[in-house]
Amino acid sequence: MSARINLTLKVWRQAGPDTEGAFVVYEATDISTDASFLEMLDIVNERLIDAGEEPIVFESDCREGICGTCGLMINGRAHGPQKGTATCQLHIRSFNDGDHITIEPWRASSFPVLRDLAVDRRALDAIISAGGYITVNTGSAPDANLIPVPKETAETAFDAAACIGCGACVAACPNSAAQLFTAAKLQHLNLLPQGQAERWERTEAMVETMEAFFGSCTNHGECEEACPKEIPIDFIAWANRDYIKAKVKNRKLAG
Amino acid sequence: MIGSLDARIPAGSLENKWTDHKFSMRLVNPNNKRRFDIIVVGSGLAGASAAASLGELGYRVKVLTYHDSPRRAHSIAAQGGINGAKNYQNDGDSVFRLFYDTIKGGDYRSREANVYRLAEVSVDIIDQATAQGVPFAREYGGLLDNRSFGGAQVSRTFYARGQTGQQLLLGAYSALMRQVAAGTVELHTRSEMLELVMHDGRAVGVITRDLISGEVQAHSAHAVVLATGGYGNVYFLSTNAKMCNVTAAWRAHRKGALFANPCYTQIHPTCIPASDDFQSKLTLMSESLRNDGRIWVPQTHDDGRGPDEIPDDDRDYFLERKYPAFGNLVPRDVASRNAKAVVDEGRGVGPLCNGVYLDFSDAIGRDGADVIRAKYGNLFDMYERITGENPYQVPMRIYPATHYTMGGLWVDYELMSNVAGLFVLGEANFSDHGANRLGASALMQGLADGYFVLPYTIGNYLADYLGEAALNPNEPVFKDAKQQVTDEVARWLSIGGTHSVDYYHRELGKLVWDYIGMSRNQTGLEKALSEIAALGEEYHRNVRVLGSADTLNQSLEKAGRVADLFELAELMARDALTREESCGGHFREEHQTEEGEALRDDEQFAHVAAWEWQGAGTASTRHREELAFENVELTQRSYK
Repeated sequence: MSARINLTLKVWRQAGPDTEGAFVVYEATDISTDASFLEMLDIVNERLIDAGEEPIVFESDCREGICGTCGLMINGRAHGPQKGTATCQLHIRSFNDGDHITIEPWRASSFPVLRDLAVDRRALDAIISAGGYITVNTGSAPDANLIPVPKETAETAFDAAACIGCGACVAACPNSAAQLFTAAKLQHLNLLPQGQAERWERTEAMVETMEAFFGSCTNHGECEEACPKEIPIDFIAWANRDYIKAKVKNRKLAG
Repeated sequence: MIGSLDARIPAGSLENKWTDHKFSMRLVNPNNKRRFDIIVVGSGLAGASAAASLGELGYRVKVLTYHDSPRRAHSIAAQGGINGAKNYQNDGDSVFRLFYDTIKGGDYRSREANVYRLAEVSVDIIDQATAQGVPFAREYGGLLDNRSFGGAQVSRTFYARGQTGQQLLLGAYSALMRQVAAGTVELHTRSEMLELVMHDGRAVGVITRDLISGEVQAHSAHAVVLATGGYGNVYFLSTNAKMCNVTAAWRAHRKGALFANPCYTQIHPTCIPASDDFQSKLTLMSESLRNDGRIWVPQTHDDGRGPDEIPDDDRDYFLERKYPAFGNLVPRDVASRNAKAVVDEGRGVGPLCNGVYLDFSDAIGRDGADVIRAKYGNLFDMYERITGENPYQVPMRIYPATHYTMGGLWVDYELMSNVAGLFVLGEANFSDHGANRLGASALMQGLADGYFVLPYTIGNYLADYLGEAALNPNEPVFKDAKQQVTDEVARWLSIGGTHSVDYYHRELGKLVWDYIGMSRNQTGLEKALSEIAALGEEYHRNVRVLGSADTLNQSLEKAGRVADLFELAELMARDALTREESCGGHFREEHQTEEGEALRDDEQFAHVAAWEWQGAGTASTRHREELAFENVELTQRSYK
């Protein structure tokens, strides 16, 4: 049932990309447990504006857990305490009256802070443009039912394709690695028959672009824990296997 | 001034119009394509698919989006599916049937030629998306699965779990990023279009503000394509993403582009009801749920019992009772109005009595929980996350919310607005859904426009300008437009009023929902006109926007968007007031049948109303495009 609680927030404030940031404490009083976490921040911001203070910058858009725009470190956990849940779908009913909550932006050198809790995640787009596609110009596709895809294959590809590109995997990783993000896109395409023609090239290009921006995976598994879509770490093992194969095959083709 | 509105619909039989027109349109040869600059604003299904396709053809494309990545666009949130007249299920579907259903579903207020073309290219979209690796649902034999969707009696909807929009957008986004890598598309993220630049009566560029640095920039091109989505956020509470707005389209409207049928808004029947004042948006539950869920309320007013304590005899399955043929699958507007009616009668359910039940107990009893979980698992999880209730055990509570806007910038058959060189795609245009959009047709239209229509039609426009360079972005027209944007930004920061932008947006939303919502009447609409104007005046005088222009400043971004929504809301009221009939999503209480169904007036209103801006504070001028129906007979929709 719905109740009203008081929270103490410790929020990272940073005026711009090149300025120093610091934590500022705010009292979030009289918050309904039916409010979402971001609605709680909306309320805090309204009160800040009333008091003549600039509101806390945080990003969100769909507030349905699918666009991947939102993402906060809440008490040191990417997207907060509820498993398989993006920040926008977290609700205050997950917290207790009197809780202290620390709110930070994603922390990774490849995600520079833009302001307060907003970061720049363009490095993820760079990985996609390196090969996260199937080359098929508009108009050149064959009839969709010409290529049967076993249901199980399609389902597994889908599990990987469910990635929302929020960057929680990077934020949660002690090495700021983007293996889960990259492996999810790789396996979505590498598993499907449509993706076979470019499989080895894609794998090499995406992995090497990833390595140019992000840290290395040392199998901590924090990414799987933090992923709001619960994408399993198994995809990383598959992607690694594909990468080794790709290195051999691509060399053969070159030779 | 606007002459008569000519949609430039090609002659010939309905079936051959598009094929013939494709042949008669001029081409730009491959070597010349790289000499044309095209700006695409927006990176959703329509924008991303258009930009990728134009890039593949060899044009120089610039994509502008206010998002941090093109993949964030709100198309991503579409759940249910995409229609395609493949007839894979052998159940009698055809291009003509999809055309017919769409025209009828739109309550005979859309253009036959556009709708037929949409149905025709729907099959190509499925092929294209599948080839891109979009993981549509499949049968055990490995072939594509289909389901039937709100308002259709055939199974023609392709789907990817409850995330069809996400998967289709990721397909278009991947095609777009391939072109970014190839160098044909230049991508500008976090760039918001704030002005359309005109020269010699043509659209020649746009002005953007960089949302991080605040820099105001000029972008010049041979043509401008707007794919900037709908205006559902005029209601404040809607299923639209928080950033969705009308600004790009509205700024073009203020420069002369006509805005058509703004009163056609779609209220989606299956959303989670609001729980309190702080509610920031509403969440849609895909209407595919209506395939297996049964909608009901208690027979009596103020029944205080929980749903499991109410026996079948005391329940009113009102859609099944009133519409035995379609039952829970009646079109969205019919389902929504009926839900509103039972809630208004005092039979609403939930703590605030503001919902109706959507009950899966029969389906779970029939098919087992596992089958239901396989179909709707992620939707059930989403519902539980938001409400804290488990829909496998307790019926869902749903209520209508604004979801889609059929109105938008007026375009001709080639998707060009009345402003030469300004093309409008997807939800941002008005063209294909008439007064009501059928389920699983928004994704179809966005991709049809972007993949298969614009890439042909834009060449027909550009062919006239071969050898002409795009205007220099340092020309006075660009400088003046930049100055205008800079001044506007400064003005918001200088007001120093007492209420936030969100405060005014919320208040505006309440007015629009109350008077221009699910049902409208003359008194309410007249009230809306005066109250919106008064609140808008106060907004410009008393809004508080803190901070500065040269940083990431979200209040400042919203300030301009909400100002545009105020102007749009007035136009919606005016459009709703002058359309003295009920059709699709536009329900005028004065115009209904004895059974309370929408009553059209085909004699007076079988036309598109396209409004011309006359300046702030001056009433817009109403233009008409007559709709000719040569291939379907206008009937009253009946779903009984």
